[in-house]
Amino acid sequence: MIVQALAFYLFAIMTVAAAVMVVSARNPVHSVLFLILAFFNSAALFVLLGAEFLAMILVVVYVGAVAVLFMFVVMMLDISFAELREGFLQYLPLGGIIGLILLLELAIVLGGFVFSPEASEHFAAPIPKGGAVSNTEALGEIIYTNYVYFFEAAGMILLVAMIGAIVLTHRTRSGVHKQRISDQINRRPEDTVEVKDVPTGSGI
Amino acid sequence: MTQLAFPDLTLALPEIFLAAAAMVLLMLGVFSRESAAARTVSYASILVLLFTIVMVGLVTDGRAVTFGGTFIVDTFAVYMKALVLLSAAAAILMSREYLETNKIFRFEFPVLVVLAALGMLMMISANDLIALYLGIELQSLSLYVIASFQRDSSRSAEAGLKYFVLGALASGLLLYGMSLVYGFSGSTGFDALAKLFHGDAEHGVPLGVTIGIVFIIAGLAFKVSAVPFHMWTPDVYEGAPTPVTALFAVAPKIAAMALFIRIMVGPFGDLSDQWQQVIIFISVASMLLGAFAAINQTNIKRLMAYSSIGNMGYALIGLAAAGHSGDAEISASGVEGMLVYLAIYMFMNIGTFACILLMRRQGRHVEDISALAGLGKSNPALALALGIFMFSMAGIPPLAGFLGKLYVFQAAIRAELFTLAIIGVLASVVAAFYYLRIVKIMYFDAPEEEFDGPVSFEMKSILVVSSIFILFFILLPVPLLDSAAAATASLFN
Repeated sequence: MIVQALAFYLFAIMTVAAAVMVVSARNPVHSVLFLILAFFNSAALFVLLGAEFLAMILVVVYVGAVAVLFMFVVMMLDISFAELREGFLQYLPLGGIIGLILLLELAIVLGGFVFSPEASEHFAAPIPKGGAVSNTEALGEIIYTNYVYFFEAAGMILLVAMIGAIVLTHRTRSGVHKQRISDQINRRPEDTVEVKDVPTGSGI
Repeated sequence: MTQLAFPDLTLALPEIFLAAAAMVLLMLGVFSRESAAARTVSYASILVLLFTIVMVGLVTDGRAVTFGGTFIVDTFAVYMKALVLLSAAAAILMSREYLETNKIFRFEFPVLVVLAALGMLMMISANDLIALYLGIELQSLSLYVIASFQRDSSRSAEAGLKYFVLGALASGLLLYGMSLVYGFSGSTGFDALAKLFHGDAEHGVPLGVTIGIVFIIAGLAFKVSAVPFHMWTPDVYEGAPTPVTALFAVAPKIAAMALFIRIMVGPFGDLSDQWQQVIIFISVASMLLGAFAAINQTNIKRLMAYSSIGNMGYALIGLAAAGHSGDAEISASGVEGMLVYLAIYMFMNIGTFACILLMRRQGRHVEDISALAGLGKSNPALALALGIFMFSMAGIPPLAGFLGKLYVFQAAIRAELFTLAIIGVLASVVAAFYYLRIVKIMYFDAPEEEFDGPVSFEMKSILVVSSIFILFFILLPVPLLDSAAAATASLFN
């Protein structure tokens, strides 16, 4: 038990510290690296909660894809982050107050946190009792059966995202020379070569 | 592991057909000759949408669910789907000329509209919080793209970006609300939620559920652009290409309203004490803002944006009346009024936008209201059509717009929401000012240059059909009223 608590505090502190560094680091590349650290630590927190599937997804999707994408964007776009951060202190009091209000509101909501007594009878897909299946397996069992409609719908959304990206960015470039083989084969000597009868000695 | 029954796909046949057709259309566009691709795909997608209406009408028998209760087909869904598909088809039909003049007539446009229509059908048939969210996202994502379809114009790009950022925020609110509801109840299915909350009004509702409902209302209010979540509407309507604005003003609003009705009177029906006040506030604020903010507008697309905000306020009166606890008959009359209102709203808006699309001078589209000056002399037929739509929007009897307002106000009075009804009537008097100002500009101001002719057959047919509907609805209102009543009845059983 104590090992678990220690691990929790270690990962939680690391997550918060890395998150602070993301905002405060001077070099944007360092920010992204700290972001990756924060993702890894939150994945560890998920493992502690027994949600190993979420932990895997976090590492694969966020660390593997999103963070790398961030890295590309940071390196390719020429953004002066020092300039962006200039007004930071100026807005801190207002932002701080709003943050505090949100925190208090969350405390109020969580203070009144009561599960409906009948809730557990209504679970759409209850967790199998006794820990017989890992939650990856449990998710796998329903996602292609009970939730196949959602799975397909998500596929359609991704298709739209792809079409959208192409529609908004693809341009047909003019002045590109392509080889048109049929044109080449169909060329006949009569169309292109003209035989001139030049009288001898008169020049052209 | 228990063997799961294969889901009944016949119920979802229209959606499956539309999804497959969208992909076929995409292939058709990619592989046909570049010069003809857009036109072919455009007409093919109109046929696809119309054929889907027929399929939607065929699959119904009362109320049935499939995919483990996450997908519902009932008469209500059929009614709403028919409206959505009709308006999407009309938007594609209207778009050709505009897109051609602006050199953005590409085949992806109709394909994206078809995909958006698919998302809307999924929203209307959603019987689960996750299905609801996926439907909304499919619809919104397609709409974000077509909002910035004129990508070389900075205004269009700005419209798309603004819509996207604020839409993402609204999705966040919606998801937060949904997760609260799920967290406090343990289920995402509407049927399970309805069973769970049944009779909850007496022994109190968990605070989290109330907060969740408020967040869900906020997310949906953004989608129908009701005050205070309307900020994006004028800018997006002005910046987006006009046929896209015509689509925005009608189809997504009808779909989001259908979702609003389904989720509020379905799973949260017994908790109406918790949400009725919120709906009343949104409705009053939308009507007032729609009436007063439109007065100063000089751009007709911005004017239509405020007008649509106001119209959503009137439609929400019906939902507020549906929140009347106790008598199911009164609640039903609220929903019925709303359904009739939305159908009439669709015809009025499509007609008006067809007129706006015909405002062309020297091959360029103009959007200033002052450009309409003297239209009564230079193009009497167009002026007459626009005049009919404006009188109808203002709610002058005996046009259809008057009857639409009448039904929602009647429902409000039956539900004893007198203040709401009175504010509604007063707001519509204020709104009449700017609708009638357009009529005055057309008939009494010194004529400007003529608009470009000739009017194409598509536009003519849209104008004729919608003005005939608006003019003569009062003589034969029974078919629409009957189908609205049947749709409502299927929702309350």
